[in-house]
Amino acid sequence: MTSSADHGQPSRSSAGPSLGEKIALALSRREVWISLGFLVLFLAIWEWLPPLAKIPPYILPPISAVFKEFFRLLHVENLFLHTGLTLIEVIIGFVLGSLLGMVVGYALGLSPMLEFVLSPYILALQITPKVAFAPLFIMWLGYTVYPKILVAILIVFFPVLINVLSSVRTIDPAMINLARSFSASRAQIFWKIEFPASMPNLFAGLRIGSTLAVIGIVVGELVGGNKGLGYLLVLGEGQGNTAMVFVTIILLTVIGILAYLAVILAERRVLHYMPERQIGPV
Amino acid sequence: MSAAYRLEFRGVTKTFATKKGRGEPLVAVRDVSVALSDGEVVSIIGPSGCGKSTLLNMGAGLDRPTAGQVFVDGDLVTKPNSHVAFMLQKDLLLPWRNILENVELGQEIQGASKSDRVKRGTELLARYHLGDFAQHYPHQLSGGMRQRAALARTMAMNPDVVLLDEPFSALDAQTKLVLQKDLAQVLWEEKKTALFITHDISEAVSLSDRVLVMSRRPGTIIREMIIEIPDRPDPFKRRRHPRMGEYVTELLGLLGIVDGTLEDERKADA
Repeated sequence: MTSSADHGQPSRSSAGPSLGEKIALALSRREVWISLGFLVLFLAIWEWLPPLAKIPPYILPPISAVFKEFFRLLHVENLFLHTGLTLIEVIIGFVLGSLLGMVVGYALGLSPMLEFVLSPYILALQITPKVAFAPLFIMWLGYTVYPKILVAILIVFFPVLINVLSSVRTIDPAMINLARSFSASRAQIFWKIEFPASMPNLFAGLRIGSTLAVIGIVVGELVGGNKGLGYLLVLGEGQGNTAMVFVTIILLTVIGILAYLAVILAERRVLHYMPERQIGPV
Repeated sequence: MSAAYRLEFRGVTKTFATKKGRGEPLVAVRDVSVALSDGEVVSIIGPSGCGKSTLLNMGAGLDRPTAGQVFVDGDLVTKPNSHVAFMLQKDLLLPWRNILENVELGQEIQGASKSDRVKRGTELLARYHLGDFAQHYPHQLSGGMRQRAALARTMAMNPDVVLLDEPFSALDAQTKLVLQKDLAQVLWEEKKTALFITHDISEAVSLSDRVLVMSRRPGTIIREMIIEIPDRPDPFKRRRHPRMGEYVTELLGLLGIVDGTLEDERKADA
């Protein structure tokens, strides 16, 4: 929820050369102030409305209680450790899942035979809700970080795979012929034409994957384990500690935003050759 | 023997299997024989779908004829080779490379050193009035400039034979005239042999030594016209020549007849 305000800023401030100038530019825009105002209003409503509407704190604690709980958890539950662990799992799951999706996507894209043979199974696996594998992986690998990372890999894998595959499949054949007319080898056609041509699609897949990675990790942690933010969610629920659940949700959102922003930053670097508007908003 | 010609199609036929392999195979071009001497510029005009592009692909070695042979400098063409370069209606500039890097593409694939590539590319860009745009990306350039860059990329390989498939058909009228002149000059000065496919009759006449007319599919050469107008490197001058209108009128007549029976064939494309 709070992310709606954070969301608008990077795209608006991206035009300026230095960070200071970017911020100054952003603050000079009315929309930015309206957006920040919206955040303040939202927090105020969260703080004052539940007591006024006689909603008990175990249903909806005011934001101040959530803050208090945050600092309590820092001391009592070693919140940094849980957050850090979840963050690392998200990064590892995202990176491995993306790499796997890329490798399989390019392989299938380059070999129509392989694609024909494997596509029904890939489709079936894509329809399967990946989070349903979490209990299975925990049965196999125990209460370690591995089943969580495995769920994230599986869930990140598909959007990356599908996007890479479709880009290789839909590339303009005339572009391939151009490279062929220069007597390019198969490897050269891939590295000089197909691979760079797939970058916009790849990043579309990575954007989706970065947010799905968080879901995969959290579900893994919810199902089993005694570490990570997913575990804290279960713990908070068990204790009837609504504020703790909120703290965890907010931290998970922050991790998701960080992962997403990392992809956006990489995308801006890699796709620097594209007109700004085609890269699109954050 | 055949080495007298730079590019030769000898009795070339190309058929394609129709969808799902059923029914009659589609004959794209039938028994086409064309020979280009060194430095000659020959245009092919004809209705759309008459197999002009198929012919060009075979010339570039991207496609093999079903029957007959294609020779470049007397050597049988079986695969793409560095004697032949082509240029299409689409500029096919790679959007992730700047203009210089795009021009370098062919040499890069063939393993030329970076310094050689930059030297050659910079030279060519200066020559094609793109010197200031070497570091620009394709989306920053106009259609005419992009097509110029594509021409530079084609010439960077220093090919003996240039195949051009309607390279200017997507451009506006003024840009087209300027680029035609640039092309005519380059082909003349570098003594390139060129096979030029176009829909534009006055373009064909003003740029070429010879114009060939193809029939509707199965495409075959139905008429050869030698353009006896001087000043090939200057299409502007040629357009003002009194005989220009004569050629154009005659070709229009030829195409008009062909065009009348075209509609039913239009769906299938070469």
